[in-house]
Amino acid sequence: MENNVVLQMNHMMKIYSNGVVANEDVSIELRKGEIHALLGENGAGKSTLMKVLFGIESPDEGQIVLNGQETTIKSPQDAINKGIGMVHQHFMLVPSLTVAENIILGVEPRKYGIFIHMDQAITEAEEIARKYNFDIDVRAKVEEIPVGIKQKVEILKALYRGADILILDEPTAVLTPQETDELFVQLEKLRDSGHTIIFISHKLDEIKKICDRATIMRSGKSMGTYEVKDISTEEMSRLMVGRDVILTFDKAPSKPKEVLMRVRNLSVRNHQGVLKVEDLSFDLRGGEILGIAGVEGNGQSELIDSITGLNKSYKGSIKIKDTDIEKSSIKGIRDLKLGHIPEDRMTSGCAGNLNILENLFSNQYTDPEYSGRMLLKTKRIQERSEELIVEYLIKCKSFRQNVAMLSGGNIQKVIVAREFSTEPDLIIANQPTRGVDVGAAEFIRRRLLEFRDKGCAIILVSADLNEVFSLSDRLAVMYKGKFSGMFTDVSAVTEEELGQYMLGLKHQEVQEGVIYE
Amino acid sequence: MNSAKRFDMFRMVFSVLIALLISFVIIFFVSDEPVTAIVTLITGPFKSKRNMGNVIESMVPLIFTGTGVCIMFSANQINLATEGGFHLGGLVAAAVVLKLGLPAGVSPFVAICLAACAGAVFCAIPAWMKIKTNSPELVSSLMINYISLWFCTFLLMHFLQDPSVGSASYKLPAESELPTLIKGTNIHLGLLIAFLVAVLGYVFLFKTKTGYELRLTGENENFARYSGINIVKVILISQMVGGVIAGIGGSVELLSPIYSRFSWVSLLGYGWDAIIICTLAKKNPLYTPLAALFLAYLRTGASIMARYTDVTLEIVQITQGIIILLVVAEQFLSGMKHRMIAREAKASLKDEGVA
Repeated sequence: MENNVVLQMNHMMKIYSNGVVANEDVSIELRKGEIHALLGENGAGKSTLMKVLFGIESPDEGQIVLNGQETTIKSPQDAINKGIGMVHQHFMLVPSLTVAENIILGVEPRKYGIFIHMDQAITEAEEIARKYNFDIDVRAKVEEIPVGIKQKVEILKALYRGADILILDEPTAVLTPQETDELFVQLEKLRDSGHTIIFISHKLDEIKKICDRATIMRSGKSMGTYEVKDISTEEMSRLMVGRDVILTFDKAPSKPKEVLMRVRNLSVRNHQGVLKVEDLSFDLRGGEILGIAGVEGNGQSELIDSITGLNKSYKGSIKIKDTDIEKSSIKGIRDLKLGHIPEDRMTSGCAGNLNILENLFSNQYTDPEYSGRMLLKTKRIQERSEELIVEYLIKCKSFRQNVAMLSGGNIQKVIVAREFSTEPDLIIANQPTRGVDVGAAEFIRRRLLEFRDKGCAIILVSADLNEVFSLSDRLAVMYKGKFSGMFTDVSAVTEEELGQYMLGLKHQEVQEGVIYE
Repeated sequence: MNSAKRFDMFRMVFSVLIALLISFVIIFFVSDEPVTAIVTLITGPFKSKRNMGNVIESMVPLIFTGTGVCIMFSANQINLATEGGFHLGGLVAAAVVLKLGLPAGVSPFVAICLAACAGAVFCAIPAWMKIKTNSPELVSSLMINYISLWFCTFLLMHFLQDPSVGSASYKLPAESELPTLIKGTNIHLGLLIAFLVAVLGYVFLFKTKTGYELRLTGENENFARYSGINIVKVILISQMVGGVIAGIGGSVELLSPIYSRFSWVSLLGYGWDAIIICTLAKKNPLYTPLAALFLAYLRTGASIMARYTDVTLEIVQITQGIIILLVVAEQFLSGMKHRMIAREAKASLKDEGVA
């Protein structure tokens, strides 16, 4: 077995320029003809390790041994030349070009040295598709083919460039169950033909199903490599998270109060004019957490943007505490005591080049507590920052440290501290623990429960099913802009059932507990 | 000071040194007496009271436009209309002291105030165009400077021109001239006003609510919007405040003892220099006097060098250019910065291991 090792990464260390140690002494070994899982939570360092392997990032320490020879990988082009291909989570395809054109892009067969030999390109693309048993029309435009096929095009692109080692970054995240099954068949064929596949994922059942070995990562460190058949999913999850995954909070039953928000017949179109939220109505009461589950892109973001005032072009009505917010500014809505943890912390949740203090007060600097008519009360703000840093366990040197220098979990804590410190009556938490370490995630979840118990109304949008299960008092599933299901008793619904609602396989015709008159 | 800021300081100084070094090498190639030239460049400004005065007085307009640009750039509004605002400020001041016939005590004061207003309105045009038509302020402000230049020249030629001297206004009344602070030099009251503006600019940007809004918007507009900040207000206010300062700068410069007539028929370039000042001061108005001192020193030295040796003035333009290129090149010395950060991170890993 030992002699068919194709690649070793030994003692890799990668430190980002903001001081975050993404990989700390990680080693991995790949064999010819295996599907090797790289398993870990968001932020565990899987992607960083693969970026180093694919030449996108350069390591600070460590050694890469490819086919028995020590080597350095300087760029993605270099990686491709050395037979390493990567399929990114977000596809790198040109939508307006055909499948064949995408496959040959950058390595085009040429006529007279300058013109693209289109006929040959199509032949070659068809040939390679046939060779690996991919049933694809290479003349179709990429923008017209479904997601599952796009992914195949990505894989073909890598194979066309001669990849022996194929890195797949969470390939099933965007696929339907049928497409996933199909992908797995293809991957097995590739393995049997001698390719090595690195399968990045945090879905244990998928790893169980298709992978031969798994390297488990947790907070930048390797927790070891295991034969998948010898390790149980429970064991894997324990190694990945550091303890048992199913988080059950000792939460008291909710005591819902008056309705704080009424959404009626809400319809939202996105910039392309696609209807993302369709005729949605629901109520939200104080003292309850309404969980919204769903595959990303089913209208959750558009719903949240409308409630928080970021998107003003919606139809229907949204009332917060009997105020119709159609004409309210974002500030006006925030003044109704609404806190908002945004979906993407770096794009809208903080200013990385400003310090912690400056990031803690963006929603409350006009409060007479913190400013006069013109001037900010610097001293008071500094005192309060120190309090918040202690209260929210923000790991930092001082409030003068720039937010970009903090780890993801700590940045999220800064945001949570800011949004919760105004003592909101309504909290919109959109993916509040995404990419956050376990400790910070648990801290944030406990805080949400505390607010609920104080009578706060909370909407929790999360892709993390464990999270919505353990926190929600009511659980809605969003599918294609509508609630495909609404569960008032969260404990009565299983994860499998929820999955079926998320994929639109099931749909409740009559929904209870959506509106309280 | 944290290590990142310390590194930025180091990089700045290092950039300046490299730029000077390259300039010296060029001097060695073009000059017959390179050593004399370099010595003159460096020591010239200290040679006489008059020369030192030259350094100080040429700081004044740089501090004004530099502070204005710091404020606009902090809000990420790349408005270059300080150049035109400065020019317009000078013309308005000249018109007020020549035409309004106000009492001697109030005349310069009114001139400066009206120049400030003119600057504000002028710099608000690109802002307004951005808000209404989404036109990039970089382009519109760049172009509008020429409108300012030719508009001012038109007004000069038709209303203020002294036919006996050609393209210049009538002599400005002596009573409206800003008083000199140190005898034997042209160092005038404007220097103190400039210091005051730099300090006020700092207070505005870092201590007021509006300044905070500006900086948040400048660093991340999405974040500012999400936080409930009125972006339109920020776009407008930042550029108007920048314009006010540019206008004051122009009027103060014109009313200084350096000028006895309004004779600006080409752009003076203080708006462009402001970008150098802003870059060196890292967008903090408090540092603009230092940056202005450096630039003024270099230029005074260069003009003395040009007078006494065979090296021309342009050498300093090259030095300036190199400094800016190195300072704004984010990746310059980034390897070194990364190693420093990596070393710190490793050290803290060890600490955690021990604890």
